[in-house]
Amino acid sequence: MKYAGLLVMPAGFFLTVAALVLFPDPVQRLAFVICGVAVVCLGLVVTVRGHIPARGATRP
Amino acid sequence: MTPIPPIAAAPMSDVEVALSFALLLVCPLAIAGVALINTGLGRSRSAAQALLGNLALASVAAIAFVLVGASFAGAEPGGWALAVHAGGSALEFFHIGPPFLRGLAAAAPQAQLAVLFQFLSVAFVALIPWGSGADRWRLPAGCASAAVVAAVVFPAVAYWTWGGGWLARLGVNFSLGAGFLDAGGAGSVHLLGGICALAVVWIAGPRRGKFPKEGLSTAMPGHSAVYVLFGCMVALVGWLAWNAAGAILWLRAPLSALPITAINTLLSASGALATTFSVTRFRFGKPDASLCANGWLAGLVASSACAAVVSPIAALFIGGVAGVFTPLLVELLELALSVDDPTGAVTVHGAAGLWGLLAAGVFASQPGQFAAQLVGIAAILGLMLPLVYLLFSILNRLVPFRVDPDGERIGMDLHELGGGAYPEFVIHRDESYR
Repeated sequence: MKYAGLLVMPAGFFLTVAALVLFPDPVQRLAFVICGVAVVCLGLVVTVRGHIPARGATRP
Repeated sequence: MTPIPPIAAAPMSDVEVALSFALLLVCPLAIAGVALINTGLGRSRSAAQALLGNLALASVAAIAFVLVGASFAGAEPGGWALAVHAGGSALEFFHIGPPFLRGLAAAAPQAQLAVLFQFLSVAFVALIPWGSGADRWRLPAGCASAAVVAAVVFPAVAYWTWGGGWLARLGVNFSLGAGFLDAGGAGSVHLLGGICALAVVWIAGPRRGKFPKEGLSTAMPGHSAVYVLFGCMVALVGWLAWNAAGAILWLRAPLSALPITAINTLLSASGALATTFSVTRFRFGKPDASLCANGWLAGLVASSACAAVVSPIAALFIGGVAGVFTPLLVELLELALSVDDPTGAVTVHGAAGLWGLLAAGVFASQPGQFAAQLVGIAAILGLMLPLVYLLFSILNRLVPFRVDPDGERIGMDLHELGGGAYPEFVIHRDESYR
């Protein structure tokens, strides 16, 4: 799961770059940029969850 | 691939050059303060390795930067930019300059100062994760990771932010305020350092006995609150100079704007300390010294992006918010997410840097600035965290990050250096190893 999250994060970045290129209107551009950042955050959350050790797992 | 036009900004006056140089000579105090904090928050049996590691990582980062990274960081005059053309605008993602700082001696003082600023910044980025890997991260692995960060990761972000890359030109190309605002390195230094710290704690894993199979995590307090709190005071001096130097170099702020920049830096740290003090007093009954130090540092980090562009009241608010979330996030990371970060670098540098960048967008008055800051955050977080994780994972195969269990038991000083930091002290047995 952590690798899926790490792959989602760059996708969010490319959304923000696409927003810059595709939307000249400032409001639409900001909305799309916020969506891109949200996707980055989603990827981060998935990555963080993927790194939480399972309860009762062997730990050092 | 297009040649980079000469820098259009007006040349700096002799007074600005002299003042910037003087400020940059004081900046290493910020690094020294963080090094003291890293050492104090670790254990006594790893103190010498921790402090030597700070020096070693900064040295390796400087060497890797001059050999490889500086060519890609864009501070030197001349060179070539690799740009993606889309929607009638160019997005300059990569830069290739002269190798080994060739020609820098003949360059304008402004360019030389910019390179010096980047040298200090790369040393800072390299040692931020060192504290997070305290008590289990091997020194050779730390040096190798510092080299990778200085050669590959930092130059890209530094070029985007400070070297005239696509983030710096968001204002010119897409009418987004003044472009990505990060004069003091909240993103290029601290967010990037926090990302590296997160990758290190994930790859190296927690300290032995930190998270027992049953029950809550084991408390492993730092060995010297004096180092930590004195490090905070030393860091303040360096930070005042750092933010002022960044304002002159990257924002071309007039000299009259420097006192308010310094005042904002102090107010942000003060607001953060006040709120962290209150939060820990409320939660634990008494204020917590190490968390208060973390809060103070988070306030300084948050000020890095915005000290030169916001009002004093806004700086106080920004610091206050950083001081509220710092102890809560440190607790969340440790208790809920099982992240063993002894110095809290993920929170203090990563999260506070992120908040500082956002706050610059909220409180700076130019239209489109908030969007520019969001694009910068998406670029650093969305591209650099996966890249750093990938590079560190590969590096971990070549130079294992984690010390063997015996080394962790006897301490990094004896294991890696053959002698302790406090040879005349009796170090008591650690109860967590029973």
